[in-house]
Amino acid sequence: MIGRLRNTDLAAVALTLLLAWLVVYPILVVGADAADGTAVRAFVTRPGEWAALWASVWISLVSVILAAAIGIPLAFLFEWFDFPGRKTLGALIALPVLLSPLVGVIAFLFLYGESGFIARVWRVIVPLLRPSLVGAAMLTFMTALGSFSAPYIFGGGFRVMTTQIVATKLNGDLPLAMVETVALALVAVLGLVMLRRTEGDDILVALGKGIAPRPRPIRRASVRRLTTALGWGFAVLLLLPHLTLLLVSLVPYGAWTTEILPPVINFENYRRLFSEAERLRPMVNSLWMAAVSTAIAVALALGAGWLVVRRRVAWRRVIEGLLALPWALPGTVFAIALAITFSVHAPLQLRFVLVGTAVILPLAYLVRALPLTGRGILASYRQLDPSLEEAAASLGAGRWRTLARVTLPQLRPGLAAGASLAFVAALGDIVASIVLYTYETRPVSIEILSSLRLSETGVAAAFGVVLMLVSAIVLGVGARR
Amino acid sequence: MTGFLETQAIEKRWGHGVTVGPITLDIASGEILALLGPSGSGKTTMLRLLAGFETADGGRIAVAGEDVTTVPPARRRFGMVFQHYALFPHLDVGENVGFGLQGRGKGDEGRAKQQISEALALVDLAGFERRKVHELSGGQQQRVALARALAPEPRVLLLDEPLSNLDPALRERTRRELRDVIKRVGITSVFVTHEQDEAFDLGDRIAVLNNGRLEQTGAPDDLYEHPANLFVATFVGRANVFRGAAARALGSAAGNGVLVVRPERLRFADAGLPGIVRERRYTGVAAFFLVEGDDHQRFEVLAEPDAAQVGQRVYVEATRVIAL
Repeated sequence: MIGRLRNTDLAAVALTLLLAWLVVYPILVVGADAADGTAVRAFVTRPGEWAALWASVWISLVSVILAAAIGIPLAFLFEWFDFPGRKTLGALIALPVLLSPLVGVIAFLFLYGESGFIARVWRVIVPLLRPSLVGAAMLTFMTALGSFSAPYIFGGGFRVMTTQIVATKLNGDLPLAMVETVALALVAVLGLVMLRRTEGDDILVALGKGIAPRPRPIRRASVRRLTTALGWGFAVLLLLPHLTLLLVSLVPYGAWTTEILPPVINFENYRRLFSEAERLRPMVNSLWMAAVSTAIAVALALGAGWLVVRRRVAWRRVIEGLLALPWALPGTVFAIALAITFSVHAPLQLRFVLVGTAVILPLAYLVRALPLTGRGILASYRQLDPSLEEAAASLGAGRWRTLARVTLPQLRPGLAAGASLAFVAALGDIVASIVLYTYETRPVSIEILSSLRLSETGVAAAFGVVLMLVSAIVLGVGARR
Repeated sequence: MTGFLETQAIEKRWGHGVTVGPITLDIASGEILALLGPSGSGKTTMLRLLAGFETADGGRIAVAGEDVTTVPPARRRFGMVFQHYALFPHLDVGENVGFGLQGRGKGDEGRAKQQISEALALVDLAGFERRKVHELSGGQQQRVALARALAPEPRVLLLDEPLSNLDPALRERTRRELRDVIKRVGITSVFVTHEQDEAFDLGDRIAVLNNGRLEQTGAPDDLYEHPANLFVATFVGRANVFRGAAARALGSAAGNGVLVVRPERLRFADAGLPGIVRERRYTGVAAFFLVEGDDHQRFEVLAEPDAAQVGQRVYVEATRVIAL
C-alpha cells in the first residue's frame, strides 16, 4: 500500500520535471544567457529595437480597437437579430478562426495585399462575439502581440518584435536575439497579469462561451433587408480571402497575368503537389510531426489529468501552470528558447543537440500543444465520476483495461477537441518552424513561404487549400459529439 | 475465527486527527451485514476499505481465510453496487453486465452471453441487453447495477446506500426485492445505510458506527432491546432518556443511573411519573403523545389514539426499561 502511494508521488515528480524541462527550462536558459552586458547595451541603445517593441505594443492595441469596432456590431447583429441565413452565416464567420492562421494570412495576402491590420483584426473577431468584452480585448492583445505570420508576410520592411527576433537570429546575432526574446516575454507577462486582474480567474476564461439572448425576428421589411445585407456583407468580406485562395490554387503557373478573371482553370497545381516527391515531402513531414507531437501531448495531458484530478497530488497547481504556460508566451519566445537550449551538448545541464535533427520540430509543436490538450483533458477529467473507474476495478479490470474501456471513452469529447486543435496548430505552425526547420524536415508552412518567394502563387495556394481542408476535417471530427 | 469475511482492528487515519477504526467484524457466509451510522461515522470508509478503494493504515481483512488487506480491488473479487450506480454510460445494459466477465481467460462468447441473460433475469430485467443505460428508470438502473456486480460471481457483495437514490414509495418494495435476490444468490453482503428502517429490513445483523468507532454489532431486536450504550439506544429506534428523579419514578433500581424507555414501553396509569400532554401525533393504529414532565423534560408515549387529550394531566409508568 505504501508502495502504491510512493508510485503516485514518483509519477508526479517525473511529470513535473519533464514539463518543467520542456516549458520552463528553455526560457530560463535564455533568460540567463540574455544577462549579457553587450547585448543588453546594444538592445537599449539601438533605436530599431525600441521601435519594433513599440510597434508590437501599439499594433496590438490598434488591433483591439479595430476588432472591437467590427466585432461588437457583428456580435450584436448575429446574436440579437434573426434574419434569413443567420445560422449558416454564423457558422461561416466562425470558420476563419478554426482554420490555420497561416492559411488565413496567405489568403489575405492575395486579396488585401500589404495591409497587415485586417488579418489580425479578422483573426480575433470571433472572441469578440463572446459577451466577455474585456477578456476578449485582452485575448486580442495577446494574440496580436504573439502573431508572427501576418507581420512576416505582409510587413515588408516594417518590423515588430516577433519578426525582429527571427531576423536577428537569422543574422547570427544570438545574444541580441535572446535579449529581444526576453523583452517580448516580459511584455507578454505584463499583458497576462493585466488579463488575470480583469478576469480574476483562468487565463483561458475569455475563450469560454457566453450565454446569448434569444435572437429576435425583425418585423419591418426594410430593416430586415438591411440587416440581411449587412450580415451577408460581413460574411463575404471575411470569407472572400478563402474563396480567392481556392481560385488562385486552380490557376496554373504564369497563366493569369492581366485579366480580371483567370483565363485557365485546372488542377495542374494539385497534380504537381501530389506527384512531385519534393513537393509531397513537406506535406508528409507536417502530417507526421503534427501527429507525433499531438499524441505525446495527449499522453502527457492524460498523465497530468490523472495526477491532478484523480490523485490530487500536493503540487497539482504547479502541474496545471506548467501545462498552461506555453499559451501565455508568444510562440517566438519558445522557438528561440528551444533553438538556444537544444543546440548545445551538455548532458549534465540536460541540454542536448536537437537542433538540426528530426526531433526538434515535433518537440516545439509539443510545447505549443500542451495547453490545448491539457485544457481539454483536464476539463473532461473533472467531470468524470470517479466511481466509474472504481466500478471497473471492482469488476476485475486492471489499470490499462479501465483506461481503455472506461476512462478514455468518457474523456473523448475533451480529448478529441484538445487533440484536434493541437494537431491543426502544429500543421499550420510557422513561428517555430521558421526558426527550427531543416531542409529534410521542412513543413508545409516553410514550403508555402518558399513557393511564394519563387512567385509560384498557384502552388502556394494549393498547399493552403489542402492545409485548410485537412484542418477543417480534423476539427470537424474533433468537434463531433 | 469462524467468519467468512473478517476484519481485524482495521483502521484508516485521515488527516486532522480523524480516524476510522480500529474495527473488528466477523461476518458469516451468506450473511447480510448493515453498516449503520450518521454521516461522518466512517461507514462509507469502512465499505471502501473492504472494497480496496482505500488502503488500510492498520489491521487486516480476510475472506475465506485469505488475507486480502493489500490485494487491489481488481483482484479482490468483491462486487460493488455504487450509490449512484456508476453504470458505464457509453455501454448498453448487456455490455455493462458483461463487463466483469471479460478478461478472465478466453471463455467462449456464448457462455458470457448466457451469464449476462441469467444475471438480468435474476433482477427481473430479462431481455434488456440492448437497452441504453440512460433510457432506464432509477429502479431499473439500480437492478442493472446489482446484476453487473453479481454476474462475475464475486465472493462478497458490497452496497453503498443502494436505495438512497430511489423515491420513498419505491424504496420499501425494492428493499424486499433486493433482499430476496441476495438471499437467493446466497452471497455474503455488506451494505451501508444511514436509515434504521433499511438496516432492520435488509440486514441480518447490524454494525452501528459513530465517530469512526464500532459501537455495537447485533441482530435488529438485539440492538433495540439491549443497546450497549446511550448512542445505540437513541440512534436505533425512538427512545426517551430519563435521569435522576424521573428515572427513579419509573422504577430505576440504582440511584443515579440513566434510564432508556421506548415510547411503546410507556403507558398512562393512575400513578407514576406525572406530566401534561402537550402534543398528540396520530398515526392511524396509535398516537404519539408528547408529555412534559414536572421537571419540564419532554418524552413520548405511544398509546391508543384516544388514550389521552392535549392539556390533560397524566401519570406515566414503564412496562420495560433499559438501564445503562
